[in-house]
Amino acid sequence: MTDPFLDIAALSCGYGSQVVLRDITFSVQKGEIVTIIGPNGCGKTTLLKTLPGLIPALAGRVTMQGQDLNTMPRPLRAQTIAMVMQTLESIHMTVEEYVLLGRLPHFTAWQFLENQTDRQLAESFMTFTHIDHLRRSPLSCISSGERQLAGIAKALVQEPILLLMDEPTSHLDISHQAQIMNRVKTMKDRYGLTVVMVQHDLNLASEYSDKVLLLDKQTQTVFTYGTPDTVITRDNIRAVYHTDVVVASNPHSGRPGIFIKTDL
Amino acid sequence: MNDHGTKRWILIIGSLSILLMVCALLALRLGSTRLSTAQIFDALFHDRDSVTASIILGIRLPRVILAIAVGGALSVAGTLLQGLFRNPLVEPYTLGISGGASLGVCMAILMGLPALMGVTAYPLAGFAGAGIVIVLVYGLGLRTGRLQPNTMLLIGVMISFVSSSLVMLLMAVSEQDDLSNIVFWIMGSLDEPSPVLIRLVLAGSIAGLIIALFHSLALNAMVLGDDEAALLGIHTARARKILFVTASLLTGLSVSAGGIIMFVGLIVPHFMRMVAGSDHRILIISSFLAGAGFLTFCDIVARMVIAPLELPVGVITGIIGGVVFIYVLSQKKVAL
Repeated sequence: MTDPFLDIAALSCGYGSQVVLRDITFSVQKGEIVTIIGPNGCGKTTLLKTLPGLIPALAGRVTMQGQDLNTMPRPLRAQTIAMVMQTLESIHMTVEEYVLLGRLPHFTAWQFLENQTDRQLAESFMTFTHIDHLRRSPLSCISSGERQLAGIAKALVQEPILLLMDEPTSHLDISHQAQIMNRVKTMKDRYGLTVVMVQHDLNLASEYSDKVLLLDKQTQTVFTYGTPDTVITRDNIRAVYHTDVVVASNPHSGRPGIFIKTDL
Repeated sequence: MNDHGTKRWILIIGSLSILLMVCALLALRLGSTRLSTAQIFDALFHDRDSVTASIILGIRLPRVILAIAVGGALSVAGTLLQGLFRNPLVEPYTLGISGGASLGVCMAILMGLPALMGVTAYPLAGFAGAGIVIVLVYGLGLRTGRLQPNTMLLIGVMISFVSSSLVMLLMAVSEQDDLSNIVFWIMGSLDEPSPVLIRLVLAGSIAGLIIALFHSLALNAMVLGDDEAALLGIHTARARKILFVTASLLTGLSVSAGGIIMFVGLIVPHFMRMVAGSDHRILIISSFLAGAGFLTFCDIVARMVIAPLELPVGVITGIIGGVVFIYVLSQKKVAL
């Protein structure tokens, strides 16, 4: 087996003295889509933000292609890792200006204006995410779903090799959900982009992920890690979410799908 | 930013520069002796010994230069602070810098320093007061090596209250002569006799503009929040420190040279955000030009309305700026 692209070793996350997650160990191969799932408040977002060092790790280390992310120079980190935040504040900035900000890490030391490449990339990713007609609209005047699409366009414009996404589909309707996830898959297939994301929707996680990381709130660590088939099972869901569900395979893809049991 | 955008930027910078030049030219022409444009150019470039030349070079030009420097500095400081604090209501005086400066000047006047050291006592005392406040707000706002915006804002507002109360207390116990000195200084005037100070303010103002422009991309990213900016490779903690100190020094310098000139640092950035957009690269340049032009214009009004007497320019900026701003806001359909 080759060296993993992203290696997380004995990572502890939290805020100061408050430990949220401990002893997290898993690795991601290049070009994989890995989804972090788990109950509310189990630390999914904390873990995702700890990976690029937005929240300092309490212990352990994260290495990407053999390089410790803690000691990676800031500009290099910005050129290789992009992140889509869960919520984007509604600020007074046009969609185009916002998407172009994703080019900042690639600016040369004395560059003041965007060059031709920057503009072309912004253009193509705004088209890719179907927001090119909104380019002149301020972020404060578009829907939260459209803002999420803009956030994804900005992250892709950054030309990362690792894309982190915090619930990228939370504000989207089902057509946009499918669209975004299909785009992410296309990016992975076409450019070998590696994706780590947090997802609440277990069915989306199952459908699009190569691996799923299930976090347990009680033990504050990884419950299990593996392919959707092995992770999304009735027993695992009951153990972590304390909910009884029916798991059946999706007739189209054969991947596990979750059905809620009502109390009848 | 596409070609259309580049053209728009050039258009904005061009028209604001022309506006500024028109205001400056008017300021040179108008006064107790009205001069023609030809006379002004003559005095500036040919005959430097005539009476006209002494009016232009000795009285009007320094005043125009100070108006440009102070107006530009206050507007850039306002733009930086509004971006840094992500709050459109912040202005250079919110952080208590003006309060500290007035308190400094007030104490200097009551201790009789102007009589001892001459007119340089005012800017020196003002800058000392402003400096103490900057150090206080910066020091108290610093937690675990990072500046906390909300803490700094609250501390600044409190320092403003405390120092304006102290100024009022000192005014209440001071003598008639001192009182009018204090009031006149606080209301702001561009009548600054020291050419050294004018040069210093101009140099500081331009230096501040350059530092601000150098960090304009970082500011754009920081508007998105610290996490997003950090992911774009911005050293947010460092940029915030540099920009806060820059904005503070610009304010301190302006206040010590021109007194408290209200509203320029609040209104000009707002206006420019409507005209030029929220990209700090163009916003900072256009704020500097517009602020310089606006203050130059207000100073003409201050000098002309009840000539040969002079109104405090801070009062004029407040009235003109405030009224125009309310009018524009009421005409605008969308919220800011």
